[in-house]
Amino acid sequence: MTDILMPALSPTMEEGTLAKWLVKKGDTVSAGDVIAEIETDKATMEVEAVDEGVVEEILVEAGTEGVKVNAPIARLSGGVEAKAPEPKPAKEAAPEAAPAKAERPAKAEPAPAKASPAKTPGGERIFASPLARRIAEQKGLDLAAIEGSGPHGRIIERDVKDAKPGAKPATTTATTPSERRGETRPVQSLQQMGIPEGSYELIPLDGMRKTVARRMTDSFRDVPHFPLTIDLEIDRLLESRGRINKMLEKDGVKVSVNDIILKACAVALMRVPEANASYSPEGIALHHHADIAMAVAVEGGLITPIVRKCETKGLAQIAQETKDLAERARTRKLKPEEFQGGTFSVSNLGMFGIKSFGSIINEPQGAILSVGAGTKQPVVRGDQLAIATVMSVTMTCDHRVVDGATGARWLEAFKALIEEPLAMIV
Amino acid sequence: MDFDLIIIGAGPGGYVAAIRASQLGLKTAIVEREALGGVCLNWGCIPTKALLKSGEVYEQLHHLADYGLAADKPRFDFAKVIERSRKVAGQLNSGVGFLMRKHKIEVIEGTARLEKGSPAPKVIIAQKKGGNRTLQAKHVILATGARARTLPQIGLEPDGDRVWSYREAMVPKAAPKSLIVIGSGAIGIEFASFYRALGAEVMVVEALPRILPVEDEEVSTAARKAFERRGLKFRIGATVKRLSKSKTGVAVDIETGGKAETLEAERAIVAVGIVGNVEDLGLEALGVKVEKTHIVTDKHGATGVPGLYAIGDVAGPPWLAHKASHEGVHCVEHIAGEPANNLNAPIPGCTYSNPQIASIGLTEAAAKAAGRKVKVGRFPFKVNGKAIAAGETEGFVKTLFDDQTGALVGAHMIGSEVTEMIQGFALAMTLEATEAELQATVFAHPTLSEAMHESALDAYGKVLHL
Repeated sequence: MTDILMPALSPTMEEGTLAKWLVKKGDTVSAGDVIAEIETDKATMEVEAVDEGVVEEILVEAGTEGVKVNAPIARLSGGVEAKAPEPKPAKEAAPEAAPAKAERPAKAEPAPAKASPAKTPGGERIFASPLARRIAEQKGLDLAAIEGSGPHGRIIERDVKDAKPGAKPATTTATTPSERRGETRPVQSLQQMGIPEGSYELIPLDGMRKTVARRMTDSFRDVPHFPLTIDLEIDRLLESRGRINKMLEKDGVKVSVNDIILKACAVALMRVPEANASYSPEGIALHHHADIAMAVAVEGGLITPIVRKCETKGLAQIAQETKDLAERARTRKLKPEEFQGGTFSVSNLGMFGIKSFGSIINEPQGAILSVGAGTKQPVVRGDQLAIATVMSVTMTCDHRVVDGATGARWLEAFKALIEEPLAMIV
Repeated sequence: MDFDLIIIGAGPGGYVAAIRASQLGLKTAIVEREALGGVCLNWGCIPTKALLKSGEVYEQLHHLADYGLAADKPRFDFAKVIERSRKVAGQLNSGVGFLMRKHKIEVIEGTARLEKGSPAPKVIIAQKKGGNRTLQAKHVILATGARARTLPQIGLEPDGDRVWSYREAMVPKAAPKSLIVIGSGAIGIEFASFYRALGAEVMVVEALPRILPVEDEEVSTAARKAFERRGLKFRIGATVKRLSKSKTGVAVDIETGGKAETLEAERAIVAVGIVGNVEDLGLEALGVKVEKTHIVTDKHGATGVPGLYAIGDVAGPPWLAHKASHEGVHCVEHIAGEPANNLNAPIPGCTYSNPQIASIGLTEAAAKAAGRKVKVGRFPFKVNGKAIAAGETEGFVKTLFDDQTGALVGAHMIGSEVTEMIQGFALAMTLEATEAELQATVFAHPTLSEAMHESALDAYGKVLHL
C-alpha cells in the first residue's frame, strides 16, 4: 500500500488547494497517469502517478483548501510492496533526485529541506548550473523565483551571486499574508467597516485572486504611472482585416482586430525601442524583442499569456497563437513560462463597449495599452464633417522608464500603423 | 547600403565572424590584405604545429630503444620539414576560401581604411588588383590582428637573415646549429622546442623571473626542468641590453642580477610580445580610442564610434586565435540582436612544446591575489597507467576549487596531450561545474585524462591512486 502525498509545488509552500480529482476509488492507475490537479496562483498543475495500483481511498476531497504538504491525499494498493524506496537526494550530485515527486512511500522520511529543487511546481525542470544550485542552497534562495541569464534561460552563477533570499518577484509562489511584500496598512474587517456579518456571501481567495490582488496593489502603489490617450481611425484596419481574412479563409485562420493591434504594438516597439523597457535598480533594460502579453479574462480572474517575439511573426501565426493561448488560459492549462515575463501588455475591453480606460501596469513592463471600442463617430476633415470608425487607446506608462514624450512618440508610431496597416510591412 | 557588415581582416576572428554573420542572414564582405586565415593559419598556430610534429617524431626516433625498437641513424631533411609545414598552411588557406564561397561572403583583396560615414564608417579599399573601392555598410568590424613586437633601438628587429621573428623562423633555408630565443612565452618556447628537437643548441632569455610567465608557477618550474632535460638552456630574470650581428651570427648582451654576459649564436628569434595592427586605418580621425596599440572596446566589441566594432588581437589580450573567434561570433550575434549568453566563457591557453602545457582560469597566485580561498588538487602522470604504458610520464594536472562553493576556478596541466585534455576543464568551467560533478564523472580507463579526475579528487583528500 502506498500513500500519495500532497506535493510541494514550491520550496516555500506549506499548504495548497487540491482542485480536482481525475480518478475515483477503485480506478486502476499506471505510472504517468494524471490523477489530480493542484491549484497554484495562476495555473493548475497536474499530479502524475509514479506507480501503478488501484485507488483504494481518496483521503482529501476535491476543492479542499489548506492541504498540508506531504499530507496523504489518497491511498493506492497493489503491486507496490516491492517498490524500492525513492532515492534520497544525493548530497553532492544528481540534482534530478531533489524532492519534486508527487508520491513517495508512506514510510519514507520527510525529504530534507532543499533550497534548490530541480523542478518547478508543475514538474518543469529548472535549468541551473551546478554552481548556481550550490550557491542558492548555501544562501537559501528559491531557484524557481530566479530568472536565468544563461543560454536558454539557464540559471548561472551571476544570477544567484548577488541575490538575497526573499528578494524575488514571488509570481509563482503561493503567498501567505506574512510573505506579502509591502503590507503597509492593517486590513480592517468588513464588520469594522460597517457591513454586518451574514449580509454577504464570502468567496474564498484562490491563488489567482491573491496574485492579482498583490501584483496590482504593488504596481499601483509603487510604479509612478500616468496615462496617455489618443483616438485612432480604424476604417482602413477593418477593411484590411476583411481582405486578410478572405485570403486566410482556406486555412481556417481568422485574424481579429486585437491580433492586428498586437502586431502593431510589436512593430511600434521596434520603431520606438525606448518604450520596450523595464526598470531595474541596476539600470533600464531595453528589450531586444517585443514579447506582448494579452490580458485574457478567465473564470475567477485574469491571466496574461504572451506572444513572444511578436515583431517577427505574421498575422496568421499571431492569430493562431492568441487563439491557442486564450483557450488554454481559460482552461488553466498554461505553463508558467507562457504567462510570466513579457515586455508590454495589451488589454482590450472594446467588445464590451468600453470607450476608454487606463490599465494598471504589469510589472516589470514599462507600459500597458488599454484598447476601447471602435465606434462610428463624426469627425472633422478640413472643415467638413465626415463619419469614421474611431477607437480610443490609452497607454499607461511607468514614468521611471517611459517619459511623456517617449510615450507620445510610441503612440504616434502606433497610430500610423493602425491607420495604415500596410505600414507594418514597410 | 552596400553590405550589412564589412569585416576588415580575415584571420580566425574575422573569417569566423563572417561565417556567423552569414548564418544570421547578414549580407557580409570581408577585406584581407594578405592571405585568408590570417597569421594563425598561414604564419602561426597551424604551420608551427606541423613543424613541432616533425620535431617530436624526430626526437622520438632517438628513444626507440625504450620501446624495444631500433632504426639506423635517424636524420632529417630540413627543406622537406619546412615544405610540409607550408603545404599544411596552404591547404587550410584554400579551405577558408571555400568556406567564404559556401556562405556567400564577398572576399575583397586589398587594404582597407575608414572614413566618417553613417550609420557606420565608410570603408575605402585599395584593391590588390588596382583601384579604390568605397563601401558603406551598417556595421564594420575591425579584426586586423597583431604582429611581432620589435625593439629596434636595442637591435631586436628581424632582418630576415640572422634575426628572426616568428615569420622568418618558420621558413629558414637551413636549421641553425645554435639559436638564442628572446622571450619565453608560448611562441618563444615552441620555436625553442622545435629547433632543440632538431639538434640546435638553444638558449632562451626571459626578463621575468620564470619561463612561461602567464602559467601557474608550479607549471613554469616543471616546464623548465623538462626542457632542461632535453638540453634547452635558460637565462631568466635577464634583461637584453643589445643584440648585435657579427660575421658568424649574433651576439646578445644581457644582464642578469647585475651580472653582464654576452651570448653568441648563429641565429636569434625575437619573441617579446606583439603589437596591435592599428596603423593606417583612419582610426584617429574617427576618434577611436587606442591604448598601447590596442583598440578599446566594451564587452561586445563596440568601439564607441557608431557602427564600428573591434575583436581579436587588435582589441587586446589574450592574443589567441580561439579568443578572436569567440569574440567575433559574440560581436556578430550582438549586432544581430541575439541574446548574449556566451560572455565570460573562460579562455584556455596552450603551448605545444614537448611536453605540452595547457591551462584555463586562474593560477593559484592569481586566485590568492584576488582574495579567493582555494582547495588545490594535484596528480602526477608518473603514476597514471596510460602515461606509463606510453612512456610519457612527465608532468601533472593541478586543479583549483573555490573553498566555499566548490567552483572550478582554474586548471593547469603539463604533459603529453594536455592540449587536448584542457577542453574537459573548459567545458566544466563554462557549465559552472563544481568538484562534485568532476568527481562524479566517469573517466575512461586507461587514459591520461584520469589524471584530471584524480586531481579533482585530490583537492578534497579523496585521491585514489596516490
